[in-house]
Amino acid sequence: MISALLRVIHAGPLVSIQDGGRDGHMRFGVSASGPMDRTSFAIANTALGQPEGATGLEVSLGGLVLECKQGAVSIAVAGGGFSVDCAGVKTTAWTVQTLHEGEKLTIRGGAWGSWTYLTFAGDLKASKWLGHTATHSMSGFGGGALRSGQDIEIEDAQIRNDRTGDIPCPAFAQPDGQARVVVGPQDQHFAPSSVATFLNTPYKLTDAFDRMGVRLNGPQLKLNEALSIPSEPILRGSVQVAGDGVPTVLLADHQTTGGYPKIATVISSDLDRLSQMRAHDSVAFTAVSPEDAISIVRAEARQRRAYLDELAKPRPSLNERLLRENLIGGVISGAED
Amino acid sequence: MNAPQFKPVADHAILVDFASEISDDVNRMVIALDHAITTAQIKGLQEVVPALVNLLVVFDPLETDHVQVEKDVRSLLPVAPASDAQATHHTLDICYEADFSPDLAAVAKACGMSEDAVIQAHSSARYRVGMYGFAPGYAYLAGVPEAIQVPRKTAPVRDIPAGSVMIAGPQCLATTIVMPTGWSIIGHTPAKIMTGNPDRPFLFDVGDTVSFNRVRREAL
Repeated sequence: MISALLRVIHAGPLVSIQDGGRDGHMRFGVSASGPMDRTSFAIANTALGQPEGATGLEVSLGGLVLECKQGAVSIAVAGGGFSVDCAGVKTTAWTVQTLHEGEKLTIRGGAWGSWTYLTFAGDLKASKWLGHTATHSMSGFGGGALRSGQDIEIEDAQIRNDRTGDIPCPAFAQPDGQARVVVGPQDQHFAPSSVATFLNTPYKLTDAFDRMGVRLNGPQLKLNEALSIPSEPILRGSVQVAGDGVPTVLLADHQTTGGYPKIATVISSDLDRLSQMRAHDSVAFTAVSPEDAISIVRAEARQRRAYLDELAKPRPSLNERLLRENLIGGVISGAED
Repeated sequence: MNAPQFKPVADHAILVDFASEISDDVNRMVIALDHAITTAQIKGLQEVVPALVNLLVVFDPLETDHVQVEKDVRSLLPVAPASDAQATHHTLDICYEADFSPDLAAVAKACGMSEDAVIQAHSSARYRVGMYGFAPGYAYLAGVPEAIQVPRKTAPVRDIPAGSVMIAGPQCLATTIVMPTGWSIIGHTPAKIMTGNPDRPFLFDVGDTVSFNRVRREAL
């Protein structure tokens, strides 16, 4: 088996190993972890023909520089508007390239987005916890955070020329300043005017933003009374409000329970886009009914599925493409759906 | 007891709420319903997260919806409160000796008891796993005797080692990872709540009972 060896020349804070996440352990105090933007992560893997949840790297705005010490491997980068320099070829994220021995890959923050994903045509060797390599930041269990100087090994490393090139960046992977929520489940602890304020005033993300959650900045949300409610289960997307009236959106590495009331919960289809926003970006929360939330999530899932199924197909070789174009001639009318 | 309330959460969960105040009876209802749901075959069910007064039912919104899941869960009601007789019991070794028990003296003082009386009270009580929460393997053990119940400290202390046994109010907890805490640390247990066994990664199920067996430092 051929493996590629990559040295971490520089890893910013919050650069970590992730897979699709370890769902199903919240009853033991373990949140799922996994990528902050699950959509872009699935895209980065699919673009290489890898399973959607294959182990890859989550890169923060702190950036990442790798040097290939041995072997060669095709890589994909997707998520945000990060800048990528692969052996001198400069692109933005949303690209598949190949890294050869002696070459460097540099990923830095770009025009938009907080996280990008680097995946490999091969198996990134990483330690597992509860069957997953996803890094649980509170404990450090799983694959772990990357540190400058460490080596990472890609087993069964492959070069996938049939996949090289741009990845189309779909609209659903780009933040739009909106997050739809279902109000509750503890909205009864808030003054009715607080729920209205939360839904009618844009909030700004602050730089108190990590894998556990992001604090928001905006009007205070008043609780009916100073109260301590029993510790209750929390979900990724819960908007909890501490005694100071400041809302926090819980994200991939959230605590599994907490005693602060939750005014609303962001629906799952909108969380990846919200996670890609940056400190000082403005987000407008809009309420949808639980029934509408289900319809929205199902419609988005169909859209994502269609995109990923198309992306999973290898690109035809140049010869095949030319042949196909010759055969089709000029008959493509755009009516093709 | 009143029938539980069902509250939709986002597009993929329902919170089933038995009460707003913590009590043994309420927690036993939660545990019983948790057991009923996890043994029933509910379509699209992803996980159940039991807590002290409520539980969260998480489902796949591509397979089912709030209305159907509420119907599925309601069909399991009413449940009889979980009894300790059906629960698995665990006995954990604990050492209360100095430097494992930095807050023992303060707890004794606050309760107007000798340190030995605090140890006696703590080690003779029987606890129930009310829920896991906060961090991996953090099992909230209900049943701290009233005589030694103390509030949380006003400010948390950092870098508490794994295996610390600590109390706050009616709850006791054995830590599994290095974390800050505002609870009072009164002992150390060598028990592995995160077992490392992939088939059974966590020692307790919610609803299990726990007692402590006092050991000397040499026995650790």
